Formats: sequence, C-alpha cells, structure tokens
Amino acid sequence: MASSETSSTTYPRLVTAGDSAIVIELGSEIDPNVNNQIYSLVKTLEMADIEAIRELVPTYRSLLVNYDPLVSGFAEMNERLMDLVDFSKDRAGTEPEQARIVELPVVYGGDDGPDLDSLAEHASLSVQEVIDIHSGIDYRVYMIGFAPGFPYLGGLDKRIAMPRLKTPRVSVPAGSVGIAESQTGVYPNASPGGWQLIGRTPAKLFDVSSKSPSMITPGSKVRFVPVKSRDR
Amino acid sequence: MTLVQDRGRFGFQQLGVSVSGAVDIDALDTANLLVGNDSNAACLEVMLGGLEIEFSNAVVIAVTGAESDLTIDDVPISLGVSYFVHAGARLELGLVNNGLRAYIAVGGGIEIAPVLGSRSTHLASGIGGVDGRALITGDVIYLGQSSDAVASGLLLEDDSPTSSGSEINVRIVLGPQDDEFSDSGIASLLNSTYTVSDQSNRQGLRLDGPVIESKSGRYDIVSDAVVNGSIQVPGDGKPIILLADRQTTGGYAKIATVATVDLPRLGQAGPGTKITFSAITIEESQELLAVRSERFNPKNLVSIVEKISLKVDGDDIVVGVADNGSSALAAVEGNTYPVSVEEYTPAG
Repeated sequence: MASSETSSTTYPRLVTAGDSAIVIELGSEIDPNVNNQIYSLVKTLEMADIEAIRELVPTYRSLLVNYDPLVSGFAEMNERLMDLVDFSKDRAGTEPEQARIVELPVVYGGDDGPDLDSLAEHASLSVQEVIDIHSGIDYRVYMIGFAPGFPYLGGLDKRIAMPRLKTPRVSVPAGSVGIAESQTGVYPNASPGGWQLIGRTPAKLFDVSSKSPSMITPGSKVRFVPVKSRDR
Repeated sequence: MTLVQDRGRFGFQQLGVSVSGAVDIDALDTANLLVGNDSNAACLEVMLGGLEIEFSNAVVIAVTGAESDLTIDDVPISLGVSYFVHAGARLELGLVNNGLRAYIAVGGGIEIAPVLGSRSTHLASGIGGVDGRALITGDVIYLGQSSDAVASGLLLEDDSPTSSGSEINVRIVLGPQDDEFSDSGIASLLNSTYTVSDQSNRQGLRLDGPVIESKSGRYDIVSDAVVNGSIQVPGDGKPIILLADRQTTGGYAKIATVATVDLPRLGQAGPGTKITFSAITIEESQELLAVRSERFNPKNLVSIVEKISLKVDGDDIVVGVADNGSSALAAVEGNTYPVSVEEYTPAG
C-alpha cells in the first residue's frame, strides 16, 4: 500500500502490487537519469541473485519485482530490497555505462512510410529534413512494452513531433517506424496501431526462436540509418 | 474457443511478452494433479463449452473448471474426476451452465514445442499453443509421455470447483497507486457492487458501476509494469481488472491488486456477474496463498471408487459411484471407466 502523502512524495519509495510483487519507484517523471538508475538497480538485483525473485520488469522510472511469497514474505523482501536500493544508489555513477547501440536500417517514405509527407507538411519541413532530424540522434530505449519487442524510445526532436492518427490503422506492417506525440518507435510485428508511419525497417526485431528474442533491449540505444531499399 | 494453456510464460515481460496462461489456475492445477502431470503441463482451456475430442490412444483424462454436461462415449462423467479412456473414445463437453472455462488435462500433457519456455497461447501476439491461435475443428494434438502409474478414479480432497456464481466477493490489497485516488474514490471501490461487462476477455474484466474518483481528476501515470489482478482505473473512472493476457505495461493508475487466491474466480466470471471488493492486508493475502499451496498437493488425491467387488465373466471388477456427482464408475485392473447404469426394476 502506498503512503497517502502525495504532495511531498520522496523517492526512492517501495509500493506493493499485491501479494507477489513490489514496485520500486525512483521518480515520477520521464527522466534519462532516473531511467539510468533503474537499469543500474536491475544489475544490482541480478547480481544479488535473491532466491525469491521470479522476474524483474523495468520501466521508465520504476522497477517491478515479482517474487514468490512462499519463499520470502513481504516484510523480509521489502527490507532486502530497500537495502539493495541504497546500495545501488551509492554505486550509481561509479561505473559509467556505455549503452549498446542498435542500428536499424530504415526505408523512409513511399509505401514504407505512408505518413511521411503529411508529417513533413505538419512540421513545415521538407521530407529530407524530417529524415535527417529523425535519423540524426540516438534514441534511449526507456522500456519495452505494449507488444513483444516494442521499444519506447525517448529523445525525439520536438520539430517532428505529431499527434497520433485520428483513426488507428487496423494493421500496421511489421518493422514500421512511427511517431506519436514526442515518441518514436518501431512495430516489431504486424498489429493495429495509430502512430504516424514514416518508414520501415527490414530488421527482424523479435524472434521467438532465439534465446535473446528481442534485438532491442531495455537500456540500449537505437540509431535509425536511412537506406534506399529494403532488399539489401 | 479452445486454447492450449499452461501456468504461463514467465521471464520475458521486460521484453514486452505477455504472461498469458490459464485464467483459472486452480482448475488447471487440479486437472494436472488428477492425471498425474507436472504442474506446468499444458491443458486445453475451453471457453463456454461445446467441444468434442476423439482420443486415438488410451489415456487418463480429467475435466475441471466450468460446469457443463460431460460424457465419454455418451456415458455421463463428473467434473473433477480422472477417468481412463480407450483408444477411439470420444469426450464431449456440452455448453457451460456455470462458469466460463473448463480445463481438460490428459496424462502426459499436450506435447507442443514450447515458445520462450511455455506452451501457453497468447492470441494478441500470436505466440504459443498451436501456431499462436485457437484450435479449429480437425486439429490433431499430440500428447506427451504419461508417467508410468497414472491412477484413474481420483478426485482432489475438498475440491470445490471455481464456479463463480452470480455474485462474488473479491479480496484485494490496496496499491500500488491508491494514493492517486480520493477517499471517496477508494470508498466507491470498497462499498459498491460492480458488474462484469461484456467487453471482457482474457486480457481483463471491464467493470460497470460507480465512478472511482481520482485526487487530481487525472488517471494517467507514467507507464509502468502491471501484474495479474492489477485493478487499473482509466479516464472514465470504471475499473478494469487485468488478467492473464494483459499487456506487460500500462499507463493508468492502479488502485489495488486482487489477492492471487481470488484470481481463478475472476477467470470464471462471465458478463453480468456482480463483484464486490474487500481490502485485506498483504500479510493476509500471502497467508491465503500458503494455505492454497497446501491444498494442491498429490497427497490430497483420493480414490472415489467404493470397494464393491464383483466377478463378471470371470473378471474381477470393482464398482462405485462418484461422491461428488451422480456418474457411475467401474474399475477393472486398476483403471477406472465411466459406466452407464440402468435402473433395475424387479419383475412382478
């Protein structure tokens, strides 16, 4: 149960998500430093190798710890996690992390990016300028969610931000690169979706037959590389 | 709709892979225990009933969960009992008359290549089960190797099917974001009756009922991870209880989380079911789980065949009646079969 003083919530704080999970919150907003701390905490918990922990789910500014209460009860687990949060905080910054960069070839525009022209118009930029801006920086993978391998990327240049489509598409092809508000992302598999589609990558982002099924992992960075054709 | 499900796909939520798995875990666990399977063996989850299966091999089976008319070769059988069926036998499930989902376990489990460690079907992402889809007429499913001495004619002691009834009380632990809601919002959740809407599925139950008020008028949070039984409240103030097929993350504040032991009943709650909530402490919720784990233990399996020995055509047989229903059983050389019993009226 969360404490009731919201006006002055201090972080880190631990809240419960039922009888088998504890959520460690390190902040309330989307912030690259807080997100760094989340992945540093993931490393700390993995190294601690706690028997009761079943699964970790890191997100923008919090970490969900699934545990088996028949192995460790709530009080014991909560105390253990608080200690490790402190430890991780002390450690943060001592080992600067070099984020892995995943390069994705992208065919911009045409059938691969049906909304590129309207986005350029919306942004009062040329199509080439939109491509240059979009492919000009590395995007932080804040988290993966929504669908297998779907990355939530942060850092989109505000000049090419655009609201979602009024009516979502029934099916967006796998590999489509889209923009929604100030986010950009890639659909690993065909699915319904409302993002503005500006291009498409031939990269296979999610492969269930692989031991590391997701090409893009949380905490890594994504770089979009413009290419002329998908057949390479 | 029939899906292959086990206890779920764990370990890949951080890559956006939904857990899925049986929504009535009690029924899944019971079914697997009855046929001597490992607890994570895959079963068939049959929604609303209306299924016919032919077995090409002799095998031990059990049906649990939602209630419907059940027969093997037109002979009635009971829910929650294991039976030996001959090669060529046909199992029929009628339309459900209480609950939503029945589970069929077969000795040895369903042998389908696991995907990311699980055989569970997740329809939205097309992962697991038979090509990531529901079964269709004509599908052939292979079975795993059954353990050697699988008994039939068993039931689980104190087994009460998860049948939901038309009104259920669900125990919850407040949080993780109960502090986003006003006192009156929390009172609405705890003191009102909600109704399961027909917009419900394996991803979650949408509830109709009084609006739950947030403190700020906003219901959005920075997206974070959710769990089985998270009660999220979107902008319209109507709660949604997330179930097995939930996405891994969500952007709505979560007022409370359902006690794990009460999740199976939600998996059997059809549209129109009335739901009330009671808050319990996390310690109480964990204690309930400990009690549950004692229940689902092979030592609680009991034979229901009464020891009445007969000799028929030179064979020793033992007959009995299932004490949880009206179906009759006969055991021959240790294998228990359903039998039809016709009323005997003495002449004159």
